[in-house]
Amino acid sequence: MEKISTLTGVAVPLKRSNVDTDQIIPAVFLKRVTKTGFDDALFSAWRQDPEFVLNQEPYKSGKILIAGPDFGTGSSREHAVWALRDYGFTAVLSPRFGDIFRGNSGKQGLLTGTVSEQDVERLWAAIEANPGIEASVDLVARKATLADLTVDFDIDDYTRWRLLEGLDDIGLTMRDEAQITEFEARREPWRPKTLPVKI
Amino acid sequence: MADLAGPTARTYTQGEFDSMSTASDAVRADVTEDIAPAAPARPRTLAEKVWDDHLVVKGENGSPDLIYIDLHLVHEVTSPQAFDGLRAEGRQVRRPDLTIATEDHNTPTIGIDKPIADPTSRTQIETLRRNCAEFGVRLHSLGDVEQGIVHVVGPQLGLTMPGITVVCGDSHTSTHGAFGAMAFGIGTSEVEHVLATQTLPLKPFKTMAINVEGTLRPGVTAKDIILAVIAKIGTGGGQGYVLEYRGSAIRALSMEGRMTICNMSIEAGARAGMVAPDETTFAYLKGRPHAPEGADWDAAVEYWKTLGTDEGAQFDAEVFVDADALEPFVTWGTNPGQGVSLSDVVPEPQSFTDPNAQAAATRALEYMDLRAGTPLKDIHVDAVFMGSCTNSRIEDLRAFASIIKGKQKADGVRVMVVPGSARVRLEAEAEGIDKIVEAFGAEWRFAGCSMCLGMNPDQLAPGERCASTSNRNFEGRQGKGGRTHLVSPVVAAATAIRGTLSSPWDLDNDQAHDEQKAQA
Repeated sequence: MEKISTLTGVAVPLKRSNVDTDQIIPAVFLKRVTKTGFDDALFSAWRQDPEFVLNQEPYKSGKILIAGPDFGTGSSREHAVWALRDYGFTAVLSPRFGDIFRGNSGKQGLLTGTVSEQDVERLWAAIEANPGIEASVDLVARKATLADLTVDFDIDDYTRWRLLEGLDDIGLTMRDEAQITEFEARREPWRPKTLPVKI
Repeated sequence: MADLAGPTARTYTQGEFDSMSTASDAVRADVTEDIAPAAPARPRTLAEKVWDDHLVVKGENGSPDLIYIDLHLVHEVTSPQAFDGLRAEGRQVRRPDLTIATEDHNTPTIGIDKPIADPTSRTQIETLRRNCAEFGVRLHSLGDVEQGIVHVVGPQLGLTMPGITVVCGDSHTSTHGAFGAMAFGIGTSEVEHVLATQTLPLKPFKTMAINVEGTLRPGVTAKDIILAVIAKIGTGGGQGYVLEYRGSAIRALSMEGRMTICNMSIEAGARAGMVAPDETTFAYLKGRPHAPEGADWDAAVEYWKTLGTDEGAQFDAEVFVDADALEPFVTWGTNPGQGVSLSDVVPEPQSFTDPNAQAAATRALEYMDLRAGTPLKDIHVDAVFMGSCTNSRIEDLRAFASIIKGKQKADGVRVMVVPGSARVRLEAEAEGIDKIVEAFGAEWRFAGCSMCLGMNPDQLAPGERCASTSNRNFEGRQGKGGRTHLVSPVVAAATAIRGTLSSPWDLDNDQAHDEQKAQA
């Protein structure tokens, strides 16, 4: 994973709450077996509406998404993160995220920052006053800046550290392999085993 | 309290919930650190006990704990990229003997002996088969007697047990918490992580008690409890929490009912839902193919009996639900928190205090083509879907069949009945449920996720309206432009008979009315 410190790009106001992962990417696109090429699938139903924000000229090349509360609720599909990333988004700011979506984002280098509802309103107003304006998201300082407006965002220390360092989770875990093996040795015999097959 | 109210939470006026409160600020991690080794054991919740017993490495300085995973369920949609990741790094599946795969999301529910028509679906299924063969993972393919929805297969094989950790690349993994397991959905990167290490780095979850006291009236079911809970706390109300369902109404439920409730924990935003194991749990498990036997069974039951939340344990939040007052419930909007009693009307967006909830309601009414003030019972449906990991187990099918038996479906309504697994289908056929379904004019299908999500041929056409026993009423979930009302199996059955959103209570009224007319 690439290291992240400051992300800059066109800010997009997504003025909706409860954007579930079925809206971010409908199930029909989950049939692919690859991890890339999902840019056309992002918000595919909504993008058929010419009024949708990503169909507006200044926002087409969006990089920083500013969304209403409860972004990424619902299904566990990591494809939602891949679709945002493939489209070009590098960060999402929202007052609340679905837990699984937020976890998936951290694994794939998509920054998810929690901001207050008031700050989201202020960011939306600032963008709409100046469509196409770039935002700068500083992971070190946990601040997002849009012209002369700066807001704080929250991200947990561990995810921030992993993003800053570009660390891979499996590699980190395997440093504790001896403890995993030790744990396995003391597991009780009644715990489930799928093999050998019993029917 | 305010922090629990998601934007979709509605001010409830029917007296169905007497109160809801957040408990003390006792955050789990802080309390743990306060305990000196010699101190008497601190009272713990069910969730904390299961967590503690799976701790491989305790996280320090803000890093997560490393948690051991007892059971990893795999399906075709969220696994191909994970297996690719293993191959790219030259890694193996660490514990194939703790891993099991099935085909469910993409699979058709008719003509299962023919090749899958959609080439991308076929490729995904074939990819799973290749991956399982290459990495030594047990797979139950389409046509196999153990095939079915992954969350139906695990429990019926006896693999899902109290006190274990279960993960799957599917948010409805919360289903397995009905056994007192800690079970939660994960993304594909985490699927790869579990395949490679059999562990996950996780921050402890907060705990929320959902106390459901009282007795459900006939015609009111587990599905109505959970829809009412989600309407109460909102789709974001459970974020970061494990919900523990407690109280006399939960104890009185079968394992199927408990699974229905735990299944939809994710729709309140929660990571997991749990029910403490009891005699109902043990009776369900005993004798299943992979349940422990002999001395292992005795040791397991002895341990399982210790898992319930201790007297005096602190939850981070508590919710109270009065089961006596619950009525059959139905959603009117496009998220599972947008629900009301079936006897109610479509709400006015202005009735929500939160501006986000107002905007969401306005948008939902437009998508659902509904007008505020319309009685829910006046709404006609085009289709009824009886199935999904929420409600496709044998008890669900029995409940549905008991209502439709000897009746005819309403004209012009398409009714589809999809058992959760091949085993459930066989069991239902042995009881004659298939004959009841077919005589009713409904379709009797093979097992799979079917019309719960638009990934296989079972989909709504644009504009079609469906009463569905599934778990999500999101825009386009059951097919592009489709409109979903989430309901229980008995409400689905009554709706299929009357053609409008209905409960068994309405059938009773119809019958009384008919008898009166006959007497006159």
